[in-house]
Amino acid sequence: MSTPLLEIKGLTKAYPGVVANDDVSFTIKSGEVHALLGENGAGKSTLVKMIYGLVKPDAGSMVLRGDPFLPPEPRAARASGVAMVFQHFSLFEALDVAENIALGMENPPKMADLAARISEVSEEYGLPLDPHRIVGDLSAGERQRVEIIRCLLQNPKLLIMDEPTSVLTPQEVDILFQTLEQLRDEGTSILYISHKLEEIRRLCDHATILRLGKVVATCNPRQETVRAMAEMMVGESLHVPERKPHVAGEIALEVEDLSVASPSAFGTSLKEVSFSVSKGEVLGIGGVAGNGQDELTAALSGEVLVAPLQVRLAGAGVGDKGPQERRALGLLAAPEERLGHAAAPDMSLTENALLTGNVRENLAKNGFLDWSSAEGFAERIIEGFDVRTPGPDNAARSLSGGNLQKFVIGREVLQKPSVLVVNQPTWGVDASAAAAIRQAILDLAAEGAAIVCISQDLDELMEISDRFAALNGGRLTDPVPAQGLTVDQIGLMMGGAHDMEVAHHGAA
Amino acid sequence: MVRLEKRPSPSKTWTYLTPIVAVVATMIAGGLMFAALGKDPVEAIRIIFWDPLFHEQFASFSRPQLLVKAAPLILIAIGLSLGFRAGIWNIGAEGQYIMGAIVGAGIGLAFYPLDSFLVFPLMVISGAIGGFLWAMIPGLLRVYFRTNEILVSLLLVYVAEFILASMSLGLLRNPEGAGFPGSRNLKSYPAGHNAELIAGTGMHWGVVAAFIAVIFAYILLARHMLGFQIKLAGQAPRAARFGGVNPDRLILFCLGISGALAGLAGLFEVSGPSGQISIDFNVGYGFTAIIVAFLGRLHPIGILLAGLLMALTYIGGELASLMLGIPAAAIQAFQGMLLFFLLAVDVLTNYRIRFGKAEVA
Repeated sequence: MSTPLLEIKGLTKAYPGVVANDDVSFTIKSGEVHALLGENGAGKSTLVKMIYGLVKPDAGSMVLRGDPFLPPEPRAARASGVAMVFQHFSLFEALDVAENIALGMENPPKMADLAARISEVSEEYGLPLDPHRIVGDLSAGERQRVEIIRCLLQNPKLLIMDEPTSVLTPQEVDILFQTLEQLRDEGTSILYISHKLEEIRRLCDHATILRLGKVVATCNPRQETVRAMAEMMVGESLHVPERKPHVAGEIALEVEDLSVASPSAFGTSLKEVSFSVSKGEVLGIGGVAGNGQDELTAALSGEVLVAPLQVRLAGAGVGDKGPQERRALGLLAAPEERLGHAAAPDMSLTENALLTGNVRENLAKNGFLDWSSAEGFAERIIEGFDVRTPGPDNAARSLSGGNLQKFVIGREVLQKPSVLVVNQPTWGVDASAAAAIRQAILDLAAEGAAIVCISQDLDELMEISDRFAALNGGRLTDPVPAQGLTVDQIGLMMGGAHDMEVAHHGAA
Repeated sequence: MVRLEKRPSPSKTWTYLTPIVAVVATMIAGGLMFAALGKDPVEAIRIIFWDPLFHEQFASFSRPQLLVKAAPLILIAIGLSLGFRAGIWNIGAEGQYIMGAIVGAGIGLAFYPLDSFLVFPLMVISGAIGGFLWAMIPGLLRVYFRTNEILVSLLLVYVAEFILASMSLGLLRNPEGAGFPGSRNLKSYPAGHNAELIAGTGMHWGVVAAFIAVIFAYILLARHMLGFQIKLAGQAPRAARFGGVNPDRLILFCLGISGALAGLAGLFEVSGPSGQISIDFNVGYGFTAIIVAFLGRLHPIGILLAGLLMALTYIGGELASLMLGIPAAAIQAFQGMLLFFLLAVDVLTNYRIRFGKAEVA
């Protein structure tokens, strides 16, 4: 139980301009769940990619069960008993479960035998899964099961899981944790990567904390408070956004019976979505990724047009108006994808300020651009939102994710919208930038703007929302007051276990 | 080990330096090729780049040719560059050029022998409309039926060529031409003739139009919302939609403007240097303009210079094959090298070369 499975000694990996891992050492014991904890950009991904053979370390060594271990490619890592479940699934939606699993195997057995094996393993670990279902019809949680079962078929000694719960409802998380505990009890070690501290406290025996590529602490998560671990991770005391009590104002945005067919075959169509947000209110919309978040953002921003009265701004129908007309009326949006959607990667920050700011900031007269005003607007965003960049002439792609996100949110906030729609405002952003963004959203609400915040980060939604609703399969639940909601209630709103049969019948 | 490393921002220096480096590299590689053919490379390069402009004997003939050849290239390339920047690929400028010439010349000849100062302006407008309408075919098909504008515009070139042949043999054939194919010569119809504006310079209305197009495109791209939307649509289509760009309207605008400019180029050519509609009226300006557009980095000033450079290599190339007996194929290879080196060196705008192993910054 306590023999070392994998020893990592002084692993170092540098990319141009950044040392992703600097002399990282720790040991994973047999049969433990080991947490790798750190902010975005702390070097977690690089480290596991080295263990899985995707990236070669510049220096350092690894020892797996007493033998030197330096996999040149993932195939070698798998042969040595290391398996990995990625955050982003690599599945073909048009193929069924068994076909997808066969595609990842060196020597796939006959389909019938494989299907039988899949059923067997899935029963054994409480992850029911029909091998003949088409992946495109599966929920995110079920797709993750496919990836896990694909790994379990290799009888791994070490299972690496990268942010596995980001696509799950709380109920699905429970099922996953029971499976992982069962695996641990059978002697499989698990390297669990996350920044969700509550989960780590529940599941993990040991935690290694990375910051800026270095190991800054190790701890037993069960004996630490969430706050203490967060501060180890961030390296400073955290600023908790302040909220002023909100007085219900008049209705700013109303959405009624909004149904939008998704343009892609495996996308999610919106079905009869209705809600309203009043001035000064933050409506949080939760849900597992791919349940209609992008479609809802597009329908609100004006990128997808609908019937006029399906989207009403201060009582007037705007559903048939494009993005610029809606901006003129005060409805602004910040989509999830920063590069290529909210901002043009190769264009300067000045040009990106112009992208959404030209109407409300009067950056064009008779169609002719006023570049000096645009640059001034970009500079105000950079100053007001602490965007770290040498200046507004720099291309958007040269900014780090957090800085670009501050720019994108700042660009919309400074235009003083009457309604602001944000999708995943702090996705991939470090903790201090995330806190700054949330504070900016709350301040905007305090000034009387209505906010629709679409996010998959439940902690974030609980922190800033006045009311909460969840998207599930393109349908929106009725919004309920956020205060006093329990994790269980939220989970049920998000679709519970998504009809995934409750596994572990009394087993765990 | 040599590696390419992506620059955080495109290099300003290399944006301007690449065309110069490409021209120098072409001279070196082309010189080697000429040497391999047994010709004096220095002399060949001098004949191509220097003599057309400054040779005592030939320059008086070839210097005006420079503007005559450059004008249609620049005019067409300016129009194409707007679409190329927006990711809208009009490959059929040659067809729009032909249709502009046919419609413009047809309208002019319909008024023959009316002597009015209105005839030529009317021909100019009809030429632009001819090219515009021909470009609307791929435009509307793409907007309403999602067809591929590359294929449709290209195939319409061949349709236009057949219409050209039919016109020179039928409807527009010179009634006093003793049955020979080809229309009446506009050079002998003063009201419809695009004459040289300053004798001996090659300056005609098409050259004026090309300069105006350069200035117009420059202002559009640098200072106007529409130019910003064109760049945005090409670089980040989703961001463009988010920014309120209507993709269908942009497709029609870009194809329409490039068609109209190609049509204008055709009209100025048929009413001036060429003089008449004939079966072999088109000589590939519409295709060469694609090269000019990229050689000029899709930038109006760049296109102006690239058009002049391309015209120079044509005239100089002809001169070189005449004087040194260099085969025409070698001249074409030389022109191909220019584009090849430009695209190759272009990588340096967005990437830098690193020698040795990956280093830690």
